[in-house]
Amino acid sequence: MDDDAEIIAEFLVESHENLDQLDRDLVALEQDPGSRELLSSIFRTIHTIKGTSGFLAFGRLEALTHVGENLLSRLRDGEMELSAALTGTLLRMVDTVRALLAVIEESGQDASDQVDVDVVVAELKAALEGEAAPAPQVNAVPESVTAPEPVPTPVLEPAPVPDVVPEPTATPAAEATPTPVAASAPPVVPPAAPAVAAAPAAPAPAVAAAAPAAQVASTAPAVAAAPPAAAPTAPAPTVPARAFEAPQESEVEEHKRSVAESSVRVDVGLLDSLVQLVGELVLTRNQILQRTDTGEDLELGRAAQRLDLVVSELQEGVMATRMQPIGQVWAKMPRIVRDLASQLGREVELQMEGHETELDRSLLEALRDPLTHLVRNSLDHGIQPPAERIAQGRPPKGRLLLQASHESGQVVIEITDDGKGIDPARVAEVAIARGVITADAAARMDPRELVNLVFRPGFSTAEAVTNVSGRGVGMDVVRTNLERIGGTVDIVSKVGQGTTVRVRIPLTLAIIPALVVAHDGERYAIPQSNLVELVKVEGDALERDVEFLAGAPVMRLRGHLLPLVSLTEALATGTGEFRDWRDRAPDASLTVVVVQADDTRFGLCVDDVQDTQEIVVKPIGRLLKGLDLYAGATIMGDGRVALILDVPGLAQHRNLAATAAEETARQAASTDRTALLVMEIASGRRAAMPLVDVSRLEEFDIAQLEHSGAGEVVQYRDGILPLVRLAPAIGLVDTPGERSKVNVIVHELGAHRVGIVIDQVLDVVETELVRSDVGRREGVLGSAVVQDRVTDLVDLAAVVELAGAR
Amino acid sequence: MTTTLESQFCTFTVAGLDFGVEVDHVQEVLRHQEMTPVPRSTAAIHGLINLRGQIVTALDLRSRLGLPPREDDVPAMNVIVRNHGEVISLLVDDIGDVIDTGDRSLEPVPGTVPPTIQHAVKGVIALSGSLLLILDPDRAVDVPPATPTPGGTP
Repeated sequence: MDDDAEIIAEFLVESHENLDQLDRDLVALEQDPGSRELLSSIFRTIHTIKGTSGFLAFGRLEALTHVGENLLSRLRDGEMELSAALTGTLLRMVDTVRALLAVIEESGQDASDQVDVDVVVAELKAALEGEAAPAPQVNAVPESVTAPEPVPTPVLEPAPVPDVVPEPTATPAAEATPTPVAASAPPVVPPAAPAVAAAPAAPAPAVAAAAPAAQVASTAPAVAAAPPAAAPTAPAPTVPARAFEAPQESEVEEHKRSVAESSVRVDVGLLDSLVQLVGELVLTRNQILQRTDTGEDLELGRAAQRLDLVVSELQEGVMATRMQPIGQVWAKMPRIVRDLASQLGREVELQMEGHETELDRSLLEALRDPLTHLVRNSLDHGIQPPAERIAQGRPPKGRLLLQASHESGQVVIEITDDGKGIDPARVAEVAIARGVITADAAARMDPRELVNLVFRPGFSTAEAVTNVSGRGVGMDVVRTNLERIGGTVDIVSKVGQGTTVRVRIPLTLAIIPALVVAHDGERYAIPQSNLVELVKVEGDALERDVEFLAGAPVMRLRGHLLPLVSLTEALATGTGEFRDWRDRAPDASLTVVVVQADDTRFGLCVDDVQDTQEIVVKPIGRLLKGLDLYAGATIMGDGRVALILDVPGLAQHRNLAATAAEETARQAASTDRTALLVMEIASGRRAAMPLVDVSRLEEFDIAQLEHSGAGEVVQYRDGILPLVRLAPAIGLVDTPGERSKVNVIVHELGAHRVGIVIDQVLDVVETELVRSDVGRREGVLGSAVVQDRVTDLVDLAAVVELAGAR
Repeated sequence: MTTTLESQFCTFTVAGLDFGVEVDHVQEVLRHQEMTPVPRSTAAIHGLINLRGQIVTALDLRSRLGLPPREDDVPAMNVIVRNHGEVISLLVDDIGDVIDTGDRSLEPVPGTVPPTIQHAVKGVIALSGSLLLILDPDRAVDVPPATPTPGGTP
């Protein structure tokens, strides 16, 4: 009995895998209806399930797959043509098989009435019938309900033949035929032509060539005749076109098979416990290394070094076992897209790239739903119905592109459609109407920010609520789910051209980079993903930049007001009041960690910043689950536990709602005075740009500059910062002579950064801006009098474009 | 419940009271451990310890049972118990022996005992020379999360 259960379990696992492959094959088949390769693969899958279900006495499953197999064998042998309706029928059969498998998994047998097999069987039989009598299929269904029973029986008779020796006949036949065609067809064509030429010139030696030459001569289009002659067994007349595709497919399949052979199935629980053990080992190693650093025992030091090496490699290896390719999620997409497209009356061409991009297994699981949702949205709200597209002079078939790639320790997934795009004005209108934001706030937002409002709770732009999307839940849930796994999501859209949704997620949740801060004698870790920058305020600046707004501390940071939160207060540790540092000695300083959660940015005041390190995230117990201040805990090099701060939780705890922060953050920008960064370029010329667009000022050593393509770049934080020299970009001549350092303005646009190289920063001024069109040219919006001197106003968007940042 | 009780108990003292936990529940006993406090958690949660790479929450039994706090210079001992698949450390004053109570029966706790203690124990076993309070690890650990209620009555 136990043996049986084991066999059934194996059968289920295998069948589920096969069915996933089947889904993909069927959809691919629709694109390429004549492919025997695909048909054979589908046939084999169903045949295997049928065989095993017969063996395990699952009668209903066997009956269903049996009919399906008959239909497939007809298709494979070219006796029937595949139509969209037929694909639908086959997909429904796959669904029913899946449902039956679920029932088997639950109850150990397939006798349950939960799944209606008969309807699908009837449909399949009708399809078989429909071929025999080419009447419209819809009509055939009712007729065949009673009639088909005797008819299929003779049809079924031949089926057992492939049953007996299925592998030898079906498999090699399918795989072998296309390959020789591809191999022999091209050689045949070139010799044929010389043969024609040679025949009249030297008839004697052309004995062998004579016969084909004569044939070729009689049938005028020599090239067209050659392939059929070489491959008389080829089923369809479209062989030459397909000949080049088919081997590719079989190659891919062979490749897959060899991968399957070189891998073993391992219980996920075992892997998880291995990961945990390795985590422990890493910590123990850290402790040992710390001890041996100072020790004089050379032998121990050497052993510790070896341990270090081995453990590092072990960790890498074990972490790799958790990594899985995103192809697993991609694999489900063709079916989803197909079903949605037919449901919504869209025509969609799905393209997927980066199947091999790997990420942590648990993340992959968490990614499935949000991605499916985003794809749905693209189809429903993005890609227009064919008629509308044609009216706009675009191809009726929309394009949906899914891309996955690795980028600086993160996985980036982009979902791009060429649909109608998102209209920021429309988004603003809806957002105001639904009370998501105030009209005032909307007026101050740039288009990109407006588009990203769709992620706010309670927002949906669908004019008609459809079955697929548009029920007002959705994008905010997508964002919440992605943020839960440490990811971000962001939309770029051009009206009338399409939309790109960009999702970024960490490679793994188990080990993250974090900033360690010290506070009240304890250490806390702040995930790097929440970190914006570190600011130390001291001396006069403390007096000038930090103020109290009705008791709430705020800091002026580059023209914005940044709410400050004291970690002491947030954690209720110590007795120190926040006011304390104002009364401290004149050399007092304030260390502010600027963090970001959702749309909220705030400054966390800590005692001291230690360093950045990779930490192993450990769960904290059930007793502390209710505390949203912590995301977990980790073990430091000295073996002590440190808590990981949960930045969104902190923000919530301190009542820093997103909207409130936005209001305060934008106050500075909303006045009619504009804060400008004034700089010097091109031998003393002046230029200015709004201070809000400046993220940071950096100075790089000239030796740090590197080249990528035609442009200059520099390594910055953990990425590459493209540089653009401002002077040439706005039509001026760069200051001659090289200097040892370059001044760079870092401009951030969403996830992209651009470094703008200038000579030096002159000043930051707050002024009423009267812009004149004098001097307007590419990269320059115009000019204004700033500090009594004419200053070029930089068109940042144009300059950024030059850097090719997008 | 009394019938399923084991007769072997790991004993310890908390504020002069003798407690026992069935040996099956106890994973190990540790001396004083370095502790990381968890700000804003329930008062009874004394902190987190690193138990061979696993993060373990330490619960101060004095605070949990509404007993006076431990004097600062007395290091607490850790009794590591398993609870709902999780490992929890109970901080106690001193560790006693593992004793076999034989066929002595478990008696209900008198109603005059403070309710915080009553709630966390299964009963009392009268030994010659002492009264052993049998701790119910599940209920002792059952602290209402996050909201600090000093008495600890859920």
